[in-house]
Amino acid sequence: MIQANKYKGKGIMRKLLIYLNEYRKECILAPLFKLLEASFELIVPLVVAAIIDHGIAASNKSYIFKMGGVMVLLALIGLACSITAQYFAAKAAVGFSTKVRYALFSHIQKLSFSEMDTIGTSTLITRMTSDINQTQSGVNMVLRLFLRSPFIVFGAMIMAFTVDVKAALIFVVTIPLLSVVVFSVMLVSIPLFKKVQRGLDEVLGHTRENLDGARVIRAFNKQEEETKDFNESNAYLTKIQMLVGRISTLMNPLTYVIINFAIIAVIWVGGRQVDIGRISQGEVIALVNYMSQILVELVKLANLIITINKAIACGNRIQEVLETVPTITDSVTETKKSASGELEVEFSHVSMKYAGNAQDSLTDINLKVKKGQTIGIIGGTGSGKSSVVNLIPRFYDVSQGSIKVAGTDVREYPLADLRQRIGVVMQKAVLFQGTIAQNLRWGNPDATEEQLWHAIEVAQAADVVKGKEGGLDYVIEQGGRNLSGGQKQRLTIARAVVKDPEILILDDSASALDFATDARLRAALRNLQGNKTIFIVSQRTSSIQFADQILVMDDGQAVGLGTHEELLENCEIYREIYESQFKKEDLRKNGGAGNV
Amino acid sequence: MSKQKNMTGQIATLKKVMHYLKHYIPILILSVVLATVTVALTLYFPILTGRAIDLILDKGNVDFPGILAIAKEGVIVIGITAAAQWIMNMCNNRMTYNIVRDIRRDAFERIEHLPLSYIDSHSHGDMVSRIIADVDTFADGLLMGFTQLFTGLATIIGTLLFMLFVNVKITVVVVLLTPISLFVAGFIAKKTYSMFQLQTQTRGEQTALIEEMVGNQKVVQAFCHEKEALGQFADVNDRLQKYSLRATFFSSLVNPSTRFVNSLVYAAVGITGALAVILTGGAFSVGNLSCFLSYANQYTKPFNEISGVVTELQNALACAARFFELIEAKEEEPDAADAYQLEQADGTVDIDHVYFSYVPEQKLIEDFNLHVQPGQRIAIVGPTGCGKTTLINLLMRFYDADSGHIQVSGHDVMHMTRHSLRKNYGMVLQETWLKKGTIRENICMGKPDATEEEMIAAAKASHAHSFIRRLSKGYDTEITEDGGNLSQGQKQLLCITRVMLCLPPMLILDEATSSIDTRTEIRIQKAFLTMMKGRTSFIVAHRLSTIREADSILVMKDGKIIEQGNHDTLLAQNGFYATLYNSQFDQG
Repeated sequence: MIQANKYKGKGIMRKLLIYLNEYRKECILAPLFKLLEASFELIVPLVVAAIIDHGIAASNKSYIFKMGGVMVLLALIGLACSITAQYFAAKAAVGFSTKVRYALFSHIQKLSFSEMDTIGTSTLITRMTSDINQTQSGVNMVLRLFLRSPFIVFGAMIMAFTVDVKAALIFVVTIPLLSVVVFSVMLVSIPLFKKVQRGLDEVLGHTRENLDGARVIRAFNKQEEETKDFNESNAYLTKIQMLVGRISTLMNPLTYVIINFAIIAVIWVGGRQVDIGRISQGEVIALVNYMSQILVELVKLANLIITINKAIACGNRIQEVLETVPTITDSVTETKKSASGELEVEFSHVSMKYAGNAQDSLTDINLKVKKGQTIGIIGGTGSGKSSVVNLIPRFYDVSQGSIKVAGTDVREYPLADLRQRIGVVMQKAVLFQGTIAQNLRWGNPDATEEQLWHAIEVAQAADVVKGKEGGLDYVIEQGGRNLSGGQKQRLTIARAVVKDPEILILDDSASALDFATDARLRAALRNLQGNKTIFIVSQRTSSIQFADQILVMDDGQAVGLGTHEELLENCEIYREIYESQFKKEDLRKNGGAGNV
Repeated sequence: MSKQKNMTGQIATLKKVMHYLKHYIPILILSVVLATVTVALTLYFPILTGRAIDLILDKGNVDFPGILAIAKEGVIVIGITAAAQWIMNMCNNRMTYNIVRDIRRDAFERIEHLPLSYIDSHSHGDMVSRIIADVDTFADGLLMGFTQLFTGLATIIGTLLFMLFVNVKITVVVVLLTPISLFVAGFIAKKTYSMFQLQTQTRGEQTALIEEMVGNQKVVQAFCHEKEALGQFADVNDRLQKYSLRATFFSSLVNPSTRFVNSLVYAAVGITGALAVILTGGAFSVGNLSCFLSYANQYTKPFNEISGVVTELQNALACAARFFELIEAKEEEPDAADAYQLEQADGTVDIDHVYFSYVPEQKLIEDFNLHVQPGQRIAIVGPTGCGKTTLINLLMRFYDADSGHIQVSGHDVMHMTRHSLRKNYGMVLQETWLKKGTIRENICMGKPDATEEEMIAAAKASHAHSFIRRLSKGYDTEITEDGGNLSQGQKQLLCITRVMLCLPPMLILDEATSSIDTRTEIRIQKAFLTMMKGRTSFIVAHRLSTIREADSILVMKDGKIIEQGNHDTLLAQNGFYATLYNSQFDQG
């Protein structure tokens, strides 16, 4: 939620409203039909007045039935209008959210890694789901009610004027008074709702912390103190909730008092007007009815405004994402051809900085890789190993220097062309819902079954696939839940191999494999056809010690580059890492580079 | 059948809610009394206006003193109603939020005393959502129930009574017409149910897809799979649009339809009322008619509201069932009243014939024996996921052995208070866990009364002092949730310092595998060595040096202890340990 400050809510989800353009017709028709319905509703008190003044006064039964018929007719027309309005509103709202969802999804697909890092995936998922749903119901409500409620409020007042000007003046006083009460209660309570939310977050944080840290808390016998802390924030939350409650409970009694005082006033003034012969008894009843209609609609309006507020907040959150510009985009539509030479990958004076970091994460990296070479990259966490390889497929851009793939700067490739050449196996093994075959074909939809099996053999995953019911057709569940970590890792390697890339990057992706399997995997990779260039990032010296070149990273800098033997001679950090994993006498025993 | 089961389940949940309500019975009674007053007076007011209108006949025929008297009465009625309504709302608020607070408190207390096995086997996200989201929904439902259900019912009954009192025939007309409204609403709800189900189902499908594709967007990009993902998404999205439109539209028919029925009732009251005025020759007055008309409005509204409240309440009960499940989860067996207080362990640990498994079908530890002398080092070795944490669980009594005995200082741990046992262990896990708060608070967790000097001495001993000093606020630097602003190595150093400050007689240490940079790792190693001096220690080991210098090595695989001995004897056995040891040098 750190990124929340980064975007300050701009406007009222203006960018989103363009997605309503296609539903312009519906957006006009829905409120229009609602207004029609409301107009018919406003006529009803007049009909009742007519029944009293003409029907009852003249004991005219057929007139009463006729007017009763008129009321039923008005209700029927009202129903028809209202249903039409609901349909248009639903169509516009659902259509709007469908479009927004599509736009958001396709926008997210375009975001670069650094935006994904700063925004975070969990909030993106919330925005795609619940935020859009909230906006949808907001649009729906607005189309249905936003015009209707004020229309009835003012309509009732205007109708009152047509009945009697003096009595109508009471409406002129009452409506602003009611509005002040309703809206000031809302204005005061909305910021408090935010406080409630923060209180809830606090309680949530406590709970989460105690679940995740259950072992440590018990080891230090801290249960009682934690409970005390929790109770404190819980009590605070209750306090705020009660405060909000106390304010919003004022609304009903206050509006009740105002409206009923107004009714008394209407009767009094109405009585006066009747006394001097200006209006009839039935019309006094009509005035009272109009007054009651106003209250109902004002309360609806207040609730509507809360919904709209929420919808706008959600809409702005969606807009923020849509406004996030991907930092890495295609700058060219076609790959610029240049003399390819024998170098497959070349880093020259590369520095790189992650968004929001003050310091460079990589400084002045130089590396020349010939086609077909295997490059090992080793170093501690945070040393910049992954950053180095992430630059090759342009997951991130360099801040200084340049990287060339096959002689051309990576920024001069269309992204798709560049990434097609490169197969990446990431640290976190991710598979998708679908069969094993579908997953493996991600990088190459046309791969034959034979090719799939070949890749599976290379990735040492044959026993995994054969062990599953249905083999290649075995269905992987969401998030690969039905596979173990090691199985997933091997299948992600197979997936990259199916792609048959020129450059293969294994980013610490064999960590769940035991040493023997890891060794067989490396041997199989070396024998792959097409003279592939392979980058292996690892924490284990055993995984990389036979590479053609080893890059040793420490704190964002290349502190060593060479073969295993060379590095043991002249790179202290490499020696440190190596020794922490292998003891001197074991080296001798194995005939490794002896004298350290 | 299942519906009935559902009902009994709901009743059971309701009973549990009642248990929480028990403490607030006086407020509840007050609220009910006030609600009755409010409803009665609200219904009385239209009678007053009706009477006033009857005093306004036509030109020159208006009884102003009469109206004034009624107006005076009206003001009093309004005043009392508003006051009653306000106090009632306050009561409801107080009840609801206090109950919610009590429930949260109980739920949290339960979490603190749940057996670790429960916490390990249940999703934390789910448990959190039970305490936060479910309790919140419950609160909303409860509040609505308090404020609207009773007043709604009272309004309906009250209106009927008042109407009967004034005119029986018109009341009968109203009563006969109202079921239509309920019928229409029920009909629509039934029809829309299947559409809502389709919408929910498709929404679920879409959310799953979003979670996959957005959650793993980096992989999608790496494989240039954006187009396919978008295509897949568009397909679900279009289907969702279709189902959503139907569900939204049909469900939005409820309001206009019930409003239509209300209008019918209103028209019927208008006609029959007007006829009644004519037929009774004024015994049923115009004022009565106006009063009936406003009743016709008031009377139908609660029907619509109540159906909403009922759904809301059902929802609330469903949520309540979820958090009660948590509150009622079985607590770990409390310490016996006469449990032994272990003061200062001497460092001997004897494990005799211990059997343990997480699930009965899958046997894990069988007949495990180990005797540790004070100050000895025990290394636990094995591939990842081999169950090394099982042993820690048993030593710390996070889990209890199924049979057999574990003795510390000659006392069976089962007959010891957990508190005193755990106090004698210092534990540093690889999965570092820090509290939200300052560094100082975290370090002093096990010894809150430690002096500044003690704390700094501990930090120096664990080689953490230098990095803490360099932080912007030193020891008072706030650690964000789960230590987001510290590196993994720094977090581990803090966890070590935390133990270093208490220095209990026995240690459980988890060596870092690989997530820490070399320099920090060397520091941690040194810190471990300082700590272990003269203390019985169990180390989950990854480094050959640690393993080799251990007094005894436990080799674990698939959750079982398969070999046990020191480095040389194990190598001589030429078993799994030997393979494991040699595999590191396999050149592939």
